[in-house]
Amino acid sequence: MKIETTLAYKNIKGKPLRSAALILLAAFLALSIFGGSLIVLSLQKGLNSYEERLGADIVVVPNEARTKGNVESILLQGIPGYFYMNTSVLDKIRGMDGVEVATPQFYLCSSKAGCCSTAVQIIGYDPETDFVIQPWISNAYGDNLADGTLVLGNHISMPVDRTMTFYGRKLQVVAQLDETGTGLDNAVYANMDTIRQIMDDADAKGFSYHSGVRTDEAISSVMIRVKDGYDIDRVTDDINIHVRRIEATQAKTMISSIAGGLHSVSHIISVLTALIWVLAIVILVIAFTMITNERKKEFAILRVMGASQKMLARQMLTESALISAVGALLGLILASLIAFPFSNLIRARLGLPYLLPGAGVIAALMLGSFAVSVVAGALTAAVSARRLSRCDAALVLREGA
Amino acid sequence: MELRAEGVSKRFFRNSKNTNYFYAVKATDFVLPAGKLTEITGRSGSGKSTFLNILSGLLEPTEGKVLLDGTDLYALADGPRSVLRNRSIGVIPQGQTGLHSLTVLENVKLPYALYGETAADETAMALLEQVGIAELRDAYPNELSGGEMRRLAIARALIRKPGILLADEPTGDLDDANTQTVLRLLRQAADAGTAVLLVTHEREAAAYADCIYHMESGVLTGETV
Repeated sequence: MKIETTLAYKNIKGKPLRSAALILLAAFLALSIFGGSLIVLSLQKGLNSYEERLGADIVVVPNEARTKGNVESILLQGIPGYFYMNTSVLDKIRGMDGVEVATPQFYLCSSKAGCCSTAVQIIGYDPETDFVIQPWISNAYGDNLADGTLVLGNHISMPVDRTMTFYGRKLQVVAQLDETGTGLDNAVYANMDTIRQIMDDADAKGFSYHSGVRTDEAISSVMIRVKDGYDIDRVTDDINIHVRRIEATQAKTMISSIAGGLHSVSHIISVLTALIWVLAIVILVIAFTMITNERKKEFAILRVMGASQKMLARQMLTESALISAVGALLGLILASLIAFPFSNLIRARLGLPYLLPGAGVIAALMLGSFAVSVVAGALTAAVSARRLSRCDAALVLREGA
Repeated sequence: MELRAEGVSKRFFRNSKNTNYFYAVKATDFVLPAGKLTEITGRSGSGKSTFLNILSGLLEPTEGKVLLDGTDLYALADGPRSVLRNRSIGVIPQGQTGLHSLTVLENVKLPYALYGETAADETAMALLEQVGIAELRDAYPNELSGGEMRRLAIARALIRKPGILLADEPTGDLDDANTQTVLRLLRQAADAGTAVLLVTHEREAAAYADCIYHMESGVLTGETV
């Protein structure tokens, strides 16, 4: 081991309180940059995933959706909701100019009562026309969903016997989907016939969700893909004008409102991270300056023994780099202990799509945060190291005699 | 090994009504011969420690040269000059100079470790025996008395068997017994061939010296043998 490292290690060990305080500051640097970046990246990935999963140009819901838990709450936050309109809406939309594909979705809530395994959002879709859910399900389950089968969102626990019961109907779970970081992870998926059967069962048990709409004529939303060359704004307006008691919204509007929220949260996180960094770096500079004054004599003794100015600067930098490295490691461990086990809580608190990046990205982020923290810690000591290496050893020894 | 100063002076700046500087050491020629113990006496502030620091390569003179066996110390860059000091000049500074994070034994071996070399434990222990603190090898400097600390500094200055040994007030604040021990150690080093310079204002030191100079207001005068 080089003498600079040996001396740095012994100095750190010899002053445990001072070293612990500096290590804690360095830990804050690493924690803030890693934690902040992880949240921002997770929000970005969540938004991308949401955009991908939404997959439509226009979303049509009944007017009552505004009061009965709107479609964004269901898709984004996983808040169970339901609203219905007549399938005649779908027929009208399909016949409109500019509409390439229109596919229905059906939303139903299970109950917390004894009839159901758990209270979740159940989303029904039409495998024949669907272009939103089916491609996603295909990643986890190759076939079309048969009647009486379910696919689970990523955050729903897989039952041991791979069955779930809703309103007395036992259904077979055939697969579990990849995580999206949105409310879609908290839902279960079935084809349109299965979900209508469940709704009939709910009716039979006295749970009345639909007012005045027959089960076989009910749908909750219509997802629309617009033909190439058509203006999505115009098609949306046409639908709103020509189809009654519905509201057509451009998907990009839904995305942009989330993107706006994401931008605000990212901005706050960036500002907080910058503040923590400025504060920690100022404290580190002051701390190293104080240490420098305290250790002038020690460095003068080393000069007397034949240490060069460069050696002294190297020792100071080694010491601060060691402290920063231990601190950065501690900060990364702390950040990991918060960010990974509590990612669901963070998502719930933020109310935005939130999907942790892959292991490779996380590893790179950790490595980057570690490197940046160590370099920043060492740089804060650089000014002190330069001053220390140039101090007049002869004068220091006389003053300190 | 011989250390020679040629026309060496040191000027410091200070705010004053008359001049903005003063000479701590005025133009001085001096030779520190091998195998002799040379003493410089003088009152505090007379310039003797400044002169010793110039000779050690730690304080660049305003004028003049310091030659170590013909090599001009201050013509060298800091790196090579530091190496030369490490190999050839042992310095016993004023005051308590143990590094607090190292044990006595580690302190003594440190001049070797600075340049990646290792001193044999036996060599370091022999020196500690010689200065009488062998039993304190694992103690830390804050556990030592003033006399023990000074002996540690002597052992550390001698570990590389330097040709030159410069001691700045090595007996200051020591009791009589410890003063005699330290002076005896310096005498032994001179007898072993080292060129020893002792800067002190202790009267007892004269009995151990081969040559005695006096410094007053930066002027080195007289040589008594």
